[in-house]
Amino acid sequence: MGIIKTAKLVYDYIRRDEENNMEETDRAIDGVDVDIKEGDFVAVLGHNGSGKSTLAKHMNALLMPTEGTVWIGERDSKEEENLWDIRQTAGMVFQNPDNQIIGSVVEEDVGFGPENIGVPTGEIWQRVNASLEAVGMTAYRSHSPNKLSGGQKQRVAIAGVMAMKPRCIVLDEPTAMLDPNGRHEVIRTVKELNRQENITVILITHYMEEAIQADRVIVMDRGKIVMDGTPKEVFSQVETVKSYQLDVPQVTELAYELKKAGVKLPDGILTIDAFVKELMSVWKADGSGKEAQHD
Amino acid sequence: MIRDMTLGQYYPVDSFIHKLDPRTKLFGTMVYIISLFLADGIVGYLISAVFLAIVIRVSKVPFKFIVKGIKPILFLLLFSVIFNLFLTDGDTLVSFWIFRITKQGVRLAFFMALRLVFLIMGSSMMTFTTTPNQLTDGLEKSLHFLNYIRIPVHEIAMMMSIALRFIPILIEETDKIMKAQTARGADFENGSLMQKAKGLVPLLVPLFISAFRRATDLAMAMEARCYRGGEGRTKMKPLKYQRADRLVYLFYAGYLALVVVLSKTVPL
Repeated sequence: MGIIKTAKLVYDYIRRDEENNMEETDRAIDGVDVDIKEGDFVAVLGHNGSGKSTLAKHMNALLMPTEGTVWIGERDSKEEENLWDIRQTAGMVFQNPDNQIIGSVVEEDVGFGPENIGVPTGEIWQRVNASLEAVGMTAYRSHSPNKLSGGQKQRVAIAGVMAMKPRCIVLDEPTAMLDPNGRHEVIRTVKELNRQENITVILITHYMEEAIQADRVIVMDRGKIVMDGTPKEVFSQVETVKSYQLDVPQVTELAYELKKAGVKLPDGILTIDAFVKELMSVWKADGSGKEAQHD
Repeated sequence: MIRDMTLGQYYPVDSFIHKLDPRTKLFGTMVYIISLFLADGIVGYLISAVFLAIVIRVSKVPFKFIVKGIKPILFLLLFSVIFNLFLTDGDTLVSFWIFRITKQGVRLAFFMALRLVFLIMGSSMMTFTTTPNQLTDGLEKSLHFLNYIRIPVHEIAMMMSIALRFIPILIEETDKIMKAQTARGADFENGSLMQKAKGLVPLLVPLFISAFRRATDLAMAMEARCYRGGEGRTKMKPLKYQRADRLVYLFYAGYLALVVVLSKTVPL
């Protein structure tokens, strides 16, 4: 069993009228079985309303399953006494950077989590120092969060989660409100944490460029998992991905169109480098490569 | 920029008073206010003035900053002076038409004005030298005993500090909404008072909705980070009295004793 496992997970959003009667239910998650290995970097894709954020909130026990079970670090989220252990095991970073920073000084915000779980003062400082170092925000420790850029704020939020020493971080569209620079900053930080500290990362996103950096990609549609595999496996099925109202990375799309037009390219090209390499070898095989190189 | 605005009136310099524990300063303000009401006669006020002068000098806050704080109460000051001047019974000094100024009235008006000015200056010294967050921390710790009568001190302090953190964000948001509504033809500047008040509705409704949304998000983020109230919580920056604080408390005691004794013994 991996660090996070769900079995037949179902979640209904229930809308109630004024008298608290059930008006209608919206099935956000519909029978999800997923098992996430410790140390993995998993990207969850899906268009709006596919249930990916709802799934993320189950991984931190912010939502309780309507049916089925979620285990986080082998603890059942439905049992109340597990609640705080679960939230310590799986930290969560949200979309809006302004709405998740509590402290009015960067270092105080990072210390908020450890304070809540009753870590002694001396150790809080050690953890805060280490977390700020890990996300590269040490230089801003005494700044007001209001004066930071979006990417920096998200890194502070990540540091705040790291200070609780989680085994897993769930990021719910952390880059949706950031500019390209900020996005890059955040993803690089997350990747480093995954590689260096062996933290399991679950990244909810709708940017394909972020998804291809993961070890595993899960595609959700209407509350169900519809695709699951390595980025290469998932993105080589261009038509299927598109049928779920998602894009494939631009390079993949170009390779796909060229292949359709008759160029002998393999499936699942994800990066520009790989694309150039494949294209060159196709040209060389055709014997036309030499002319192209002389140009 | 709105974002750079300092909240309250904290004056950021490095001084002995800035470094004191916020509880020491809170208590000091209380002692000072009490001393102003105990002081009687020139000598008592003279000592209060000297005390205030020492505090201002040590705090390195420019005097003109402190004087600015008196402006808003100028009207109140005038009001109290006039009333005390004309409505006090005693030995007549001057009288014209129905007005009568007495010796006691002059004395009372003068001391009342002095008391008010010292009061404002003294309490603003605390806000000049303490950040709002330190103040909240200090209040939380020194009012901790209220927990026993079931007042959730920690929760109130947490609310205060979150409110302080969100003020600049909400101000910025107000600015954004105002611009968006102006772009759609809303007019916030012209018209009668009634029209202006009505014009605020398209500003306040979206502002409140977004504030509620932020609150929901923040509550979820706090829960995700294991926040569950004040119980079992440790502090990253616990308040701790230093030697300086103890000395300052001694100083308070000396000051209070001096004011009481001299006001009672030296008649004036």
